[in-house]
Formats: sequence, structure tokens, C-alpha cells
Amino acid sequence: MAARTLTIDGRLVSARAGESILEAARDAGIHIPTLCYLDGLSEVGACRLCLVEVAGSNRLLPACLTPVSEGMEVQTATERLREHRRAIVELLFAERNHVCAVCVASGNCELQNLAIQVGMTHVRYDYLNPVCAVDISHPQFGIDHNRCVLCARCVRACDEVEGVHTWDVAGRGIHARVITDLGVPWGQAETCTSCGKCLLACPTGAIFRRGTSVAELERDPKRIAQIVAARQERW
Amino acid sequence: MDLAELHAIAERERARRKAVRVLCCTSSGCQASRSLELFHQLEAAVTATGQDEAVEVASVGCMGFCGQGPMVRVEPANLLFERVRPEQAPEIIAALAGQPCSVERGDPNHPFFTRQMHVVRRNGGIIDPERIEEYIAAGGYEALYRVLHDFSPAEVIQEITRSGLRGRGGAGYPTGLKWATVAKSPGERKFVVCNGDEGDPGAFMDRSILESDPHLVLEGMAIAAYAVGAHEGYIFVRGEYPLAIQRLNRAINQARKLGLLGSQIFETAFDFKVEIRVGAGAFVCGEETALIASIEGRRGQPRPRPPYPAEKGLWGFPTLINNVETFANIVPIIENGADWYAAIGTEKSKGTKVFALTGKVRNTGLIEVPMGMTLREIVEDLGGGSPDGTPVKAVQTGGPSGGCIPARLFDTPVDYESLAAAGSIMGSGGMVVMDDHTSMVEIARFYMAFCMDESCGKCVPCRVGTVQMHRLLSKIAAGQATPVDLEQLEQLCRLVRETSLCGLGQSAPNPVLSTLRYFREEYEALLREDAAASANGKP
Amino acid sequence: MSRITFATVWFGGCSGCHMSLLDLDAWLFDLASKVELVYGPLADQKTFPDGVDLTLVEGAIANEEHLALAREIRRKTRVLVALGDCAVTGNVTALRNLAGDPSGLLQQIYAERGDPTLAVPRAPGIVPRLIERVTPLHAAVPVDHFLPGCPPSAPRIRAMLEALLAGAEPSEIGRFG
Repeated sequence: MAARTLTIDGRLVSARAGESILEAARDAGIHIPTLCYLDGLSEVGACRLCLVEVAGSNRLLPACLTPVSEGMEVQTATERLREHRRAIVELLFAERNHVCAVCVASGNCELQNLAIQVGMTHVRYDYLNPVCAVDISHPQFGIDHNRCVLCARCVRACDEVEGVHTWDVAGRGIHARVITDLGVPWGQAETCTSCGKCLLACPTGAIFRRGTSVAELERDPKRIAQIVAARQERW
Repeated sequence: MDLAELHAIAERERARRKAVRVLCCTSSGCQASRSLELFHQLEAAVTATGQDEAVEVASVGCMGFCGQGPMVRVEPANLLFERVRPEQAPEIIAALAGQPCSVERGDPNHPFFTRQMHVVRRNGGIIDPERIEEYIAAGGYEALYRVLHDFSPAEVIQEITRSGLRGRGGAGYPTGLKWATVAKSPGERKFVVCNGDEGDPGAFMDRSILESDPHLVLEGMAIAAYAVGAHEGYIFVRGEYPLAIQRLNRAINQARKLGLLGSQIFETAFDFKVEIRVGAGAFVCGEETALIASIEGRRGQPRPRPPYPAEKGLWGFPTLINNVETFANIVPIIENGADWYAAIGTEKSKGTKVFALTGKVRNTGLIEVPMGMTLREIVEDLGGGSPDGTPVKAVQTGGPSGGCIPARLFDTPVDYESLAAAGSIMGSGGMVVMDDHTSMVEIARFYMAFCMDESCGKCVPCRVGTVQMHRLLSKIAAGQATPVDLEQLEQLCRLVRETSLCGLGQSAPNPVLSTLRYFREEYEALLREDAAASANGKP
Repeated sequence: MSRITFATVWFGGCSGCHMSLLDLDAWLFDLASKVELVYGPLADQKTFPDGVDLTLVEGAIANEEHLALAREIRRKTRVLVALGDCAVTGNVTALRNLAGDPSGLLQQIYAERGDPTLAVPRAPGIVPRLIERVTPLHAAVPVDHFLPGCPPSAPRIRAMLEALLAGAEPSEIGRFG
């Protein structure tokens, strides 16, 4: 495969043609924050945390979806980008009820980690305090919409890896919610195979295994990529 | 179907016409004022007075002066009646014989009419949109015939390119260039899509075109399909436009029956079938990638571009997406030539533009004017200024993605670049006039509420940022905000504009930014210097 | 070297942050050599004094007394620190916002489900009225530094205090929760 040479944050980096800026940056050990991106799933460019500056483009581009090109000059951590990332994480914290102190995923949560990474000391926006449901109709799993950041990783894991598409998004704007089947309680969703891939994919404590404590929490989003890779090798 | 047959239809239609035609507008706006009932009463009055031989009553599309509807026009005397009530029908028919008539008379020589230039609205209010014969009698489908027989696809694209036509959906992308890209994109199948998801508050240009002259759009689409090598087309119309959908459906069926759509059109190898897709009420589906998702049967939400639909559109195939008004311009360009079209308008913005003139303005309705006309001419000459003489303060153009242009800049010519330089956009053609009684903070808040409700929820800055901006605007409007809040609002405007995924979010801050740019004092007058009351963030 | 004046305040929180402060154990002697504690749950002082150099606030703004005192503290304090998640985010204290207007909540708790006297207790001047929405400290008054955590651990409190006492910018933010 053809190689491309580009600079990321002033460093010369080589990448395979067709690779995204995000992949190239990772190979070079340059960290770009992400939330909706998950190895093994398709990219949707929804969280906007991986936006980078590319010389010659007046728009900010999502690193997860922008292919590298020869001679490309990328900046991943300018003052403007850092400020935007921090604001986006704050918007997420203000959107629903992320009370880390009483969350099953506390200490093991990508949103919480992002807050630290982007240097969020506090949330400058009004907390919206929506009333969100908790669905524990499924015998093994539950979903707490208070913790959901609408990254749609569960939707894609279910559709693309399990091939079921139990999960989807309903409603719009601030009222958007992930749903199972056509908006029935998860326990009544006939398509659900109870495979647990949504649980693996979830970056926060929104989807959880019922009856587990923080100590017992098993969550390893990397396993999604491992499953996908294993299948590719087999087929 | 061949040219002789087409001409025969036109001939039969002309022979059928009666000496006097009473044209009654039955578009949505006039129907809301009982014009359907009026239409039937007019017919009854003609019969009752025994004039069936000489007089016909025709249901026609929009005449433009919607604020004065229902409108009735009589040909060939060129009498205009306004605000007609059904019970006044006998009076109008009696007036044809010279009887006195108390119905409000319109002035066909009013600047509202005379300053306009009708290119895409040329059949509006003149033909019955439900009868293809009338469209053919007005010269319809001859451009398609000529294109199929005398033009190569490349020549069609060249003609459109030379005309200088730019997309009428808002962004003003050169139409010829878009067609050329789709034509060159490799694909086993290609699609032509007409975007009729008009949704800006105060905008009804596309609805009027679809209701008044659906064949003009269909013919434009067929020509586009020939030019780019597509054989399938979709018209995406918002569900809130039932009359447009009904008339389009009828038009498609009529054209199909005559062999003007479907297989082997005009006995050539060119096939083109068109289907309607009805939108389910989401403004964001006007964004082309969301529109594609919706046609495909998926959740109507945008995806990042590139790849652009011209390369990867419907089901991954090259897809040409143009707005209703853009397609409506195609036939006139083919008929009259690119040079004729390029002579209209300004250097960079060619042709005419249809605007929906609404708000605090005396003459409300649809106007089509050459590009380059100034806002002052539109608001004062055609619009007649504000209804009660209150000074006009600003004009909002471009809907929720646009901005407010203050009265002191009313000498700005209406073209893509000038409006952008003034901090607004051409947009699809909504033009809302505001007078001194209008609070610009409230206007910004209104548009923000619109964007907040219409955000699809996919990307974070648009989904949550619009809500936070709306809260801040509400706080300011209520007189409870401090300078810190205003600073935070401006910071959010930057964030949402620079980081949102699609045009809806990227342009959502525009009404705030433009009102801040020209009417900052209105915001500041509402602030209070109470640092203790609100202090989000550091001092 | 003269000691700076130092205050701690306990608003709508569980006092866990103060417990964490006490967890500093022996270092409290070092602290005592550098600061003079002039106000707080650990000091016998009824009114907030003027000219305080450094104030740590635990807890969210939940009632009218918190709001009034927060404004007073801000006026009288040079450096104000939001200590712990309740002060920084509202945290558990702010969960009552989900129930909407507090009057309904009080009615439910005291009258419908609890006390056999079936009445919301009222004691004007003694029990402060709840404000409509619980907010973090910075939504009420400007805050200079934030130390999240539920509670922030003693070493992190120490690190922040050491930096502030040395006149430096505290570096580590630490984790929420």
C-alpha cells in the first residue's frame, strides 16, 4: 500500500494511504481525544472532539474521518481546539445527570477521563437537569439514560458487529434518546440477543450489567475491535 | 410522443380556451381564505348568467400578492380583484358585463407587479397547474425535446455553466459545476434529487413553484438527468405541503401518460422516472446528506462531507441534488439561451431570485426580481414599507441560517456576495421585514429556538450548544443577564459555528451574530451589572 | 512570618470534604503554622469576618442562607476555592433538581410519606428556605479555583493548599467523583 508523509503538530509522520488522521496520529504516539470513535466500528464524526486544524482548510476537520494526504499539515492541539474540546465536554456534563459520585462507571468512564484530559475544572453552562429514565426491564442489563452521551457506539456495535440493530436513536435535538427496537422497553425488544456488545461499547455507565458494583465492573471497549479482527481473519 | 404531437396538444388547448378567462388562485395561501369555495361560486355564477360559451373559470397557481388574497384576475381585460369572498363571485361575473362592482380592485400596474421579472414564476397565476395541456400550450416540454434531440449531455452542462446559474437552495454553488461533477463521477446508477424540503420560517417560494407550475420542475429535472446520465429521480417534499404533493403527483402521472417521463422519452433512448418522497417534518432533512438518508429510509440526520453526494449520494451512487427553484430555472435557460440568462442580474449572481416578502411590510407575498436589486427597492418600492408607517429597522434574510441587515445598509444589492458581506446569506429566499417595534434579542431568541428544536441531536455542539444559547438569550431578554452571560453567548456562537457537523449547526449562531453586530446596544441595554447574581466562570 | 487568615464553609454537602481535610492528620500542624482559622465548622465563630485571605467552600448552593452567605464570603475573601464535587458541580445535592420545584418535594417527603404530623416543617429565621434549583458555587459567585472529587483526597487538598500558600497556581485538577 502506498505511503503518505505528513506533519502532525510539526512532526513528520508516515501513514498508509487511506488511513485517517486519527490513525496516523495514534501510530505516531500523538493523542487526539475521541468519544464517539471506537476501533472496530464505523466512524460517524458526531462528538466533534477529534476536530483538528489542517493547513489550507478554513474548517475544522474530524480526524477520525479525514484521510491523510501527502504533505498535509495537521495541528491537533492549538489553543482554539483545546478551548473547543473543553467546551464540548462541559456541554456533555451539563446535558444530562452525570453524578460521578454515584455512577457505576466512576473511575472507569471515558467521559470522566475526557474531563481530566481536556482540563475541565468546572462546567460554565447551566446544568439542564433533565428527567431521564432508567430501563432495567432486561434480565441482565440496564440502561441509565442519565449517563448516555449519544455517541451511538451501542447502535453501531449492535448493527455492525452483532448484525442485529436492536439499538437506534429516536427523537431529535436535546430530546434524542437511544432506544431498543421501536422504542419498547429493552426487556421486550425481541431482536436483542443479549450478546452484551453494547455494554462493551458504552463509554460511560449508561449501559451496565445489572447487579454489578464498581469493583466488579467489566468494560473493555477494545474487545469490539478484537471481535471484528478475529472475524476478518477467519472469513 | 414527438414534437408534432406536442404541438397538436398545445393547439387543441388553445382552441379549447374561451374568450374570457377568469383566473382564480387556488394555491395554499388563497385556499386558506376560502378560494376553493370562491372558485366554485365563480363557475356557478358564469352558468347562472348563461355565459358558459364565452367565459371560463380557471383554477390557477399563485399570483404572488398573497397578502391580498384570494386573488382573481380576468383575461384579456387584465382586471384584478383582491381579498375576494366567495359570496362576491356573482358581482365579479356581473362586472365582466360592465356592471358596477364593490369588490376590492387591485392595480396590475402597481410596482409590486411591474418591478418584478418572471422567469421561474412565468406561469404562476396564469396556467392551471393540474392540467399538463396548459403547460404544454405555454411551450412546456419543448426544451426537453430540444435537449434530447439537439444537445449532447456535455452541451447541456456547458449551457447551464455559461448561464452562471447558482444553486437557489442557499449556498449558491455553481449549478453547472455541480452537474459536471455528477456527470464525471463513475457509477452504475445515478440519481437526480429535487430538494423541496423548504422549511425556513417565513419562506414559501418552493411551495408556490411546486403548487403553481409542477411541470416546470419536472422538466428541469429531466433535462438535468439527461445531462448527468441519470435515469431515476426523487422529489423530496416536506409533508407540510399537501397541495404541492397532490399537484406534483398529478403532474408526474400526466407526464408519464404522455410519455414525457418514463421510458424512451420523446422516442429517444432516454429513460427517466420520478418518484415523490414525503418528508416527515424534520427541517434538517433539507441538508443534503440528511435528505439522502431519509430517502433511503434511514433516520434523517446528516453525515460529514466529503464524500459529497455528487460522488457518493443515494445508496452510494453519484447523485445530483438541486433545490426546486434551481430546477425551475433550467427550462427558461434552455429556451432562451445562456447568454440571455447571463445578461440578467449581476456579475457573479445571474438571473432572478424569488423571495417570500413577509413581516412588517405593507405588500406581503412572493416576488421574483433580478439579482442585484437593492433591499431598499424590495422593501420600499415593492413592499411599500411598513404597514403603519413605523420606520423599518431591518430585514432578515436566509432564515435561521441567515442574519438581519439593518436599514442603513438597505442599498446593499441582493446578490450572494453582498449579502454575505453584510453578515447574512441569500438563503432560499425568505425575507422578513422588521420595524422599530421589533426586539432584535427576541428575534435572535426565536431563531435559536427554531434551531434548537430542529437540531437532529447527532453532534454535541449543535444538540446542546443551541439549548445553552437559547437559555442565555432568554436570560438576556428577561433582563436577568450580566456581561458575563453575553460573553459566554458569544463564546458559544464561536464554538457551535466552528465545530458543528452540518450546516444547520454551523449557521445556527448567525442570527445572534448578525444582531450583535448591528444591534449590540439592544443586548447591552438589557444587561445588568450585578456580578454576584450570575458568575458562570472566573471573574 | 505572619499567618494568613483561612476559612472553611459547609454548604449543601455531606461534610465528607471536611472529613477529607481532617485526614491531613499531622500536616494540619504545618497548616496551622501558616494559617489562622477564622471561620468554619471547625472554628467557633458565628459571623464571617472581613478580609479573609483564603476560603474553601464545601457543598452546593441549596438554600437562601447558602446564597446570601456565598455572596458575603465572596465580598470578604481574596481567594475562593470550590472544594469537592458538590461545590464544583452540584453533585448529589443537586439531584433534587430532577424533582422540580422543591415545595412538591418537601410536601412529598414530610407530609405524604413521613412525619405523622403530616406537615412541612416551617421555622422562619431558623430553617432557611430552599431555593428553586441547587447550583454549583460558581453559578452564584465567581470562584478562583476548583478542586473536584467526592471527596477530594487529603493529599490532593494538601497539594492545592501548598500551591496556594506558596503563591503558585495549583496544577493538578484531579478527578470528578
